[in-house]
Amino acid sequence: MIISLDPRVNRAAIEADNNIEPLKDLDQWETYEVFHQKRRGDQHMHVGIVHAPNAEMALIFGKEQFGRRGLSVNIWVVKTSDVFTTEYDDSDIFETVPEKQYREAGGYKVMDKINKYKKGL
Amino acid sequence: MYGNAYIDPNDKAAMMLAGEDPQKLAEFEARIARGEKIEPKDWMPKEYRKQLIRMIEQHGHSEIIGALPEGTWITRAPGFRRKLALMAKVQDEVGHAQLLYSAAETLGKSREAMINDLITGKSKYSNVFNYPAYTWADACIIAWLIDAGAIINQVANAKGSYGPYCRALDRICTEESFHLKYGHDNVVTLATGTPKQRELVQAALTRWWPPIMHFFGPSDKISNHTEVLMRWKVKMATNDDMRQQFLNMYVPKIWDLGLTLPDPNLKKNDAGKWDYTEPDWEEFKRVINGGGPCNAERLAVRRNAEERGRWVREALNTAESKYIAPLA
Repeated sequence: MIISLDPRVNRAAIEADNNIEPLKDLDQWETYEVFHQKRRGDQHMHVGIVHAPNAEMALIFGKEQFGRRGLSVNIWVVKTSDVFTTEYDDSDIFETVPEKQYREAGGYKVMDKINKYKKGL
Repeated sequence: MYGNAYIDPNDKAAMMLAGEDPQKLAEFEARIARGEKIEPKDWMPKEYRKQLIRMIEQHGHSEIIGALPEGTWITRAPGFRRKLALMAKVQDEVGHAQLLYSAAETLGKSREAMINDLITGKSKYSNVFNYPAYTWADACIIAWLIDAGAIINQVANAKGSYGPYCRALDRICTEESFHLKYGHDNVVTLATGTPKQRELVQAALTRWWPPIMHFFGPSDKISNHTEVLMRWKVKMATNDDMRQQFLNMYVPKIWDLGLTLPDPNLKKNDAGKWDYTEPDWEEFKRVINGGGPCNAERLAVRRNAEERGRWVREALNTAESKYIAPLA
């Protein structure tokens, strides 16, 4: 028996040589990705994950893990396995090219024309 | 590094890089040199993954085990407010373990595997938690000075290269600032109190000084292995540098309270560095390898918690669950 300075440990009457079965896969359940909103009006942001047996418990754990200091007003959880993602290896899909300036505000320069027009008046 | 090229097994840096694709390795190192973070699904050298898993996992275990010597004092903390504060701190520590385990999981080791390695003694955790908290003052010294040491380490590592670890550490550091203030407040209360209170806190400080000096580990061997880890931003500062930083920040604060440290050689030298008696590294090794006063108790308590909680976890488990590693 473990004799401890900690009265709680003594009360629990723990064998010193208490070898246990190793934890099996999924003993700690699957994971949920947690998103929180800091203030009303803000976007929800990914803050981390929790292990949980179901969505309801994931919300409880998510609130406890990420929202216990009043830093959140709202939390979403979604199973990790339900999230579809792009690959960093394919990040060239986000590349753009200079000839697509027609989509940017900076692609429209009218002052030259206006000044030229005014001079010509 | 192709095919049958002979790699000297004594050349640790070459062994670390053996078999890696040179082009991918160059891109990986360039990304880190640019200050970009590595994310879970990026290509990374095997050794980078291995070292990070080991480091983050041990860090997670330290948070869990560290909650034990402090948790001891929740029921006996003087006054309701301190009980509440200590409970909040211990909850934070366990939360930190969860954040760290999650970061390690993104590298491919499941939480079950980490817990199994902890409770069988295969994985290590911070050596300081193999010592007991004899009195309330020990719990106060832990909360102030062990957390102070941890913050120095964590602030350095938060600038590392692995995204999920950095994000976990940013969050952890925010909470640690409360721990540090809380611990300092408790130590100041004792040190400015009655003679009996001063005696209590001085005794605890004297007891904890050797483990505190051990906290950052022995001097790093100057090896090309360490150089690679520093280039990869896995290791962000040498153990000696972190120890110096700690001494520089906290020895004056300790002396301000009129407390003494059990090292006659401790002083700041002309070069602005701290001189101290070399800690007993044999004792450090003996304790880390299971010979400390609390090693057996810590692991028995962890095994007990896993075992007695198992039926609850199993009852909640559902047949359709399937595990995939977290995303970030």
